[in-house]
Amino acid sequence: MTASLDRSTGDDTAMLDSFARRHRFYPFEALPWIVAVIAFFAFSDYLALLAQILATIIFALSVDLALGYAGIVTLGHAAFFGAGAYTAGLLAANGWGEPLTGLLAAAVAAGAIGFISGAVILRTSGLTLLMQTLVVAAMLYELANKASRLTGGADGLQGMQVWPIFGVFKFDMFGRTAFLYCFAVLFLCWLIVRTIVHSAFGRSLTGIRENVQRMHAIGAPVNRRKVLVYTISAALAGVAGALIAQTTQFVGLGVLSLERSGTILIMLIIGGVGQLYGAFIGVPLYMIAQDRFATVDPVYWYFWIGLFMVLLVLFARGGVLGVWARWRDWSKVRK
Amino acid sequence: MNRAIETVQLCKSFGGLVVADAIDFRLDVGARHALIGPNGAGKTTFVNLVSGALRPGSGRIMLGDKDITVLKQDQRVKQGLVRTFQINALFRRLSVLENVTLAIAEREGFAGDFIRPAGRYRAAIDEAYALLEALGLAPEAMKPITDLAYGRQRITEIAVALGLKPKVLLLDEPAAGVPTRDVGIIIEVIERLPSNIAVLLIEHDMDLVFRIAKRITVLVSGRILIEGAPDMIAQDPTVRQVYLGERRQPC
Repeated sequence: MTASLDRSTGDDTAMLDSFARRHRFYPFEALPWIVAVIAFFAFSDYLALLAQILATIIFALSVDLALGYAGIVTLGHAAFFGAGAYTAGLLAANGWGEPLTGLLAAAVAAGAIGFISGAVILRTSGLTLLMQTLVVAAMLYELANKASRLTGGADGLQGMQVWPIFGVFKFDMFGRTAFLYCFAVLFLCWLIVRTIVHSAFGRSLTGIRENVQRMHAIGAPVNRRKVLVYTISAALAGVAGALIAQTTQFVGLGVLSLERSGTILIMLIIGGVGQLYGAFIGVPLYMIAQDRFATVDPVYWYFWIGLFMVLLVLFARGGVLGVWARWRDWSKVRK
Repeated sequence: MNRAIETVQLCKSFGGLVVADAIDFRLDVGARHALIGPNGAGKTTFVNLVSGALRPGSGRIMLGDKDITVLKQDQRVKQGLVRTFQINALFRRLSVLENVTLAIAEREGFAGDFIRPAGRYRAAIDEAYALLEALGLAPEAMKPITDLAYGRQRITEIAVALGLKPKVLLLDEPAAGVPTRDVGIIIEVIERLPSNIAVLLIEHDMDLVFRIAKRITVLVSGRILIEGAPDMIAQDPTVRQVYLGERRQPC
């Protein structure tokens, strides 16, 4: 076939240019960071909560990378979050409270567990995979529970001593350092995830999500790609867990619980899956709503969250970003 | 002529059901070869065996001089053995251009690069678009697959396969489900394939088969019934009986 590429037609070139430049930064991408800076000054009484939100966004980003991009259905990401939290926690409780190396160690430990478990369970898919991810988390939960001499078991890990960042910035009781620390790490993680999803590898992940059979047929080493992204995702989840451990100076069994795996999914779904920014919307919405509901109605707040979720699934499929996209399409059609 | 692929005593069974019974089959370089047979004859199974989606029970598969029996599907694709699917297997929510670009990325071996933006590999995008232009798909390049008519999706299937620069192309019912008025476009696309590609066409549409194939193999119950030139197949009494139907007068 003699395909003549006619580059003289300006329309095509412009179209292909914009296709090739989908990774460029859009102005709206600055929005989360502007909001975070404003929040830092406007809600200085809530910095501890805000820091937790920032760290949890990293966790949601890691789930989005696996679920939203590669289509790996997981109900066990708390395994990696918890592995990171316990790694950082155990280091700080046993004489090594340097936070940055703690984060790194957490990423390595969680990534290693992601790699090993991923190499085994990613051969399956669908419901089987869902069960397997759940089992991995449950195993780690029981392990942390039984190794109570090391982890404190159900009482949680006590006596963490986290050193100042760079030996200078102490974690203060208002959470200023914690906030800025989480902010910086989130920014870095966001850059990493963003780079990955816009890379050729990231595009091939969407191919795996859309049609595995076809990916095999175009010669992609599907399993290798899945294990790699799962490992990266696990390492990021580990960083998120470590951040929360270091900033709250405590690790409880809850970091490995099914509930944590579930709620992070809910947060991501509220925001929108597979669009990178769902995490930045869903996590604050959920955590702030949870904080408010718990204040207004300390006994039944979970009921209100549940009701909210049911309404969301009924009327706002695709989460906030999904609603936004539909509204935009609709207003375009009207014009 | 040189062989492109050859199967030697290829067998496969699902439980007690034999779907490939000692198939000796040879596809020459540059061939236009059709594999026909009634429903359930094992045609798609044969494609699955040759492409590597299924493991044979026994027998060997050769690609050129290499024994590829133990190679996985993605490794076979890297050697130039490419298939299309009977039912569209595309990335449905991705654009037509993206579908083809992903294939080219795999062929060129940069699909594992997780640092540089995909768009930096501009040559791949230009190549994908040129391919779409050649197949008349350029106006729909930016549309997601779900917005395409079925016939256009079938052509996209072929476009994705061609993006891999195959040496051997297995077309599994390229015209299946395509409205009659659009079959012509598919015939045209297949006729314009580069002559150095060996094409194995699995098809029910006899117009398509007799338009394109220079050689036809008839598969019945997992076994090769007969193989030969189209004229010979059309006149063979057993073939007419089991498959073509007595009243049909092809060509």
